[in-house]
Amino acid sequence: MSTSSSNIPPLHEPPSLASSSFFNAKRGIMSWLITLDHKRIGIMYLIGILASFALGGFFALMLRTELLTPGPTFMKETNDAWKFYNHMFTLHGAVMVFLVIIPSIPAALGNFILPIMLGAKDVAFPRLNLLSFYLYVIGALFFVWVLIRGVVGSAFGIDLPPGLDTGWTFYTPYSTSRAESAVIPAVLGAFILGFSSILTGINFIASIHLLRPKGMTWFRMPLLLWALYGTSVIQVLATPVLAITLLLLFAERWLHIGIFDPALGGDPILFQHFFWFYSHPAVYIMILPAMGVISEIISVHSRKHIFGYKFIAYSSIAIALFGFVVWGHHMFTSGQSPLTNAIFSLLTFSVAIPSAVKVFNWLSTMYKGSIQFNTPMMYGISFILLFVIGGLTGLFLGALSVNIPLHDTYFIVAHFHYVMMGSALMAFIGGIYHWWPKIFGKMYNEKMGIISAITVFIGFNWTFFIQFIAGSQGMPRRYATYVDKYQTYHQISTAGAYVLGIGLVMVLINWIHSLLRGKPAPANPWGGNTLEWHCASPPPLENFAKAPTVGDPYSYKHWQYDESIKGYVHDGLPDVPKKH
Amino acid sequence: MIHVLANANASLWMPEQASTVAPDIDQIFYFILWLCVVFFVGIAIVLAIFAWKFHGKPGQPAQKAPAHSTALEMTWTVIPTIVVMVIFYMGFRGYLDLTTPPPNAYEIRVTASMWSWQFTYPNGHSDSVLHIPANRPVRLILESKDVIHSLYVPAFRVKKDCVPGRFTYMWFEATLQGEFDLFCTEYCGAQHSMMITKVVAQEPEAFAKWLEDAANVLAKLPELNDDPEVVKQYAEIGSKIYNMRCSACHSTTGTIVNAPSFKGLFGSTRSFSNAPDQVADEEYLRESILIPGAKVAKGFGNVMPAFAGQLKDKEITAMIEYLKTLK
Repeated sequence: MSTSSSNIPPLHEPPSLASSSFFNAKRGIMSWLITLDHKRIGIMYLIGILASFALGGFFALMLRTELLTPGPTFMKETNDAWKFYNHMFTLHGAVMVFLVIIPSIPAALGNFILPIMLGAKDVAFPRLNLLSFYLYVIGALFFVWVLIRGVVGSAFGIDLPPGLDTGWTFYTPYSTSRAESAVIPAVLGAFILGFSSILTGINFIASIHLLRPKGMTWFRMPLLLWALYGTSVIQVLATPVLAITLLLLFAERWLHIGIFDPALGGDPILFQHFFWFYSHPAVYIMILPAMGVISEIISVHSRKHIFGYKFIAYSSIAIALFGFVVWGHHMFTSGQSPLTNAIFSLLTFSVAIPSAVKVFNWLSTMYKGSIQFNTPMMYGISFILLFVIGGLTGLFLGALSVNIPLHDTYFIVAHFHYVMMGSALMAFIGGIYHWWPKIFGKMYNEKMGIISAITVFIGFNWTFFIQFIAGSQGMPRRYATYVDKYQTYHQISTAGAYVLGIGLVMVLINWIHSLLRGKPAPANPWGGNTLEWHCASPPPLENFAKAPTVGDPYSYKHWQYDESIKGYVHDGLPDVPKKH
Repeated sequence: MIHVLANANASLWMPEQASTVAPDIDQIFYFILWLCVVFFVGIAIVLAIFAWKFHGKPGQPAQKAPAHSTALEMTWTVIPTIVVMVIFYMGFRGYLDLTTPPPNAYEIRVTASMWSWQFTYPNGHSDSVLHIPANRPVRLILESKDVIHSLYVPAFRVKKDCVPGRFTYMWFEATLQGEFDLFCTEYCGAQHSMMITKVVAQEPEAFAKWLEDAANVLAKLPELNDDPEVVKQYAEIGSKIYNMRCSACHSTTGTIVNAPSFKGLFGSTRSFSNAPDQVADEEYLRESILIPGAKVAKGFGNVMPAFAGQLKDKEITAMIEYLKTLK
């Protein structure tokens, strides 16, 4: 065997929490709070995001419970029930969008994985990275404080300062002139969170441009990096529009400058244009990184080269670009001109094409593979099925005449939950499982992982599929009470939500169990060939002793399975990249 | 006599088709649905076959297979492109029908406010329920007094936002007679989910008669006397006025929304921030409707609009008779 492949670091690393791991490099609480290490920042993000997810998830179950009966379920007084419900759905939506899904994959997994995938020591600007984390924390605290006090105040009839009941969309003029809500502090929170997002985006763009190792051309980058790159571009270009919009909202609410409220001389539809100019691309901030994670998971766990690398990479960029020109499809009933509606409808369908391409490429990657039925792959398959349903139901909504009756009903609720939760969050959970051994250096319980993944999949479909039918039958969204004929749909959905909740708690238990009792993980448990699998689990502080050179990230032929460590070992041969 | 024909031609996915555009929209809906079923089942079957045929143990390498195929990838780029363009065209064509009212449409003005609907007919009559002639195009001119609302009739497959500061339009032609749900579908605050009413579609003759009776109800109403039938008539009219004008802020259940509840109001002793306490009698109620700022209930702001000049004497009397029934 040749020993000339000295560019590849030692492969048979000690498999436990090696004394050289970044966990042990420094100790004490301050070593976390002021760390510049992207790995620690990633883990801190992960904790914040999972805590927010638990909060948003808890209130999702409360919402579903309230909807068990057409009238008030928790409350005696119907007026309290409305208030309580409106504050809860605002909390659920705002927390899940701003604190969970938008930062989930980029800020938590991306922070940890991206520099290692680049063979780098850290992101391009480590201090900026820490700043974006603290902006996230400050924004989140603002936000959660306002949202929680509204829910608690209306639940127990306590006289607290007002919460927020505008929905996460802050539609004017309700938000600026009517709502007895703490709109200003909430908007400030979202504003700060936006900066966190922008700074992370800038950091990732700079890292990908500057830190790629020798041999990693643009078309030899792992697809997750393509996806994160596309995401970062959207974050940098779209989020400032949100910031401006929120400032205008602020100016109208606080200084009574007429921008959106016609009573002050403004235009309420203008707000919707501004808002969706950010918030539609934000949908792709949520789904693109998920597609990147799935590209990694499907290829690695099928042990086969990704199919149609370039089409997937290009489709990420295409989605990022098309995502900017479709915002008007949120406003088909707002009274905007039929011509505008037709143009936005046409453009909307263009996004369907790169999305479809990706699905077919993932399927072809599995063809003739050696598919491993482990937990990450379960989430990979869940993602494909749920994303196909989420994407296909988008066809109903893109078609103008069909959109009109479905707009603002439970059909929309179901559709975006299939995309946001069924796809983006499934990819997030799958990604956490996929990189769990790398991040924490421990294995999780595979059987428990698979059972919980199946429970989550069943619970998810049980909860949300019926909502498509409730919606097309006419059930409007954001309704605290509803007419009797929709009760069966709601009861089915609520039952499913509990199953989904149980599944997610099982996932959490599995992770905690792994942290406490998990077996040590090998450096490369799956046989992946992207650079993070070339360093130890967990990685040392510096990630790599020496800058690695890379070949094809999806060529697995040099990795041989070693039963004794339950992981893969590199055969030491140089990876000669094929010409593209 | 209104005959409810609910579920006459409802299906699993769609409610009854009660307008001229409904069958066309449903046809496109079901076309897309079947297309989705074909794609989804196809993908799921392929996934299942791959999962079954190609599952491997750890360490087992994959079989040889090409890493890309331009011809194949072009195929599955072009086919979805054609499919979505077809769907776009179908949706667009249907939408043109949905936005183009026939010239002879009957016009009704809609004023949405937090949280009630007011429908005003060409003869000046206003109602909180939308009565329409069946089998005749109806065009609605929508506006909002405060925030954005959205008028949605599932059975007609139509929806349009009511935007403050501008007019929007929608039209439909009911093909069934009966009562249909009308929802607000743009979140508009605390009682958004209570902002629901009915559409009543009748034969044009029956509709015309209803409209005439409704408009003349005050003229035909005798002066208030002790006859319980007459008192009841007044209270009923008062209840309709309440639904259109008062229900946004005053509840009838004892709950405080933005203003004191009407429950048990009549005959009770009221406290004010700008006047001595007083029993709520007819004269007090009359004054409070016409000049609300004269006596402002303690704990509440002086925010109620004055109704002087907006309500006729008989309507005020009707309102008071209605308040008397809320014990």
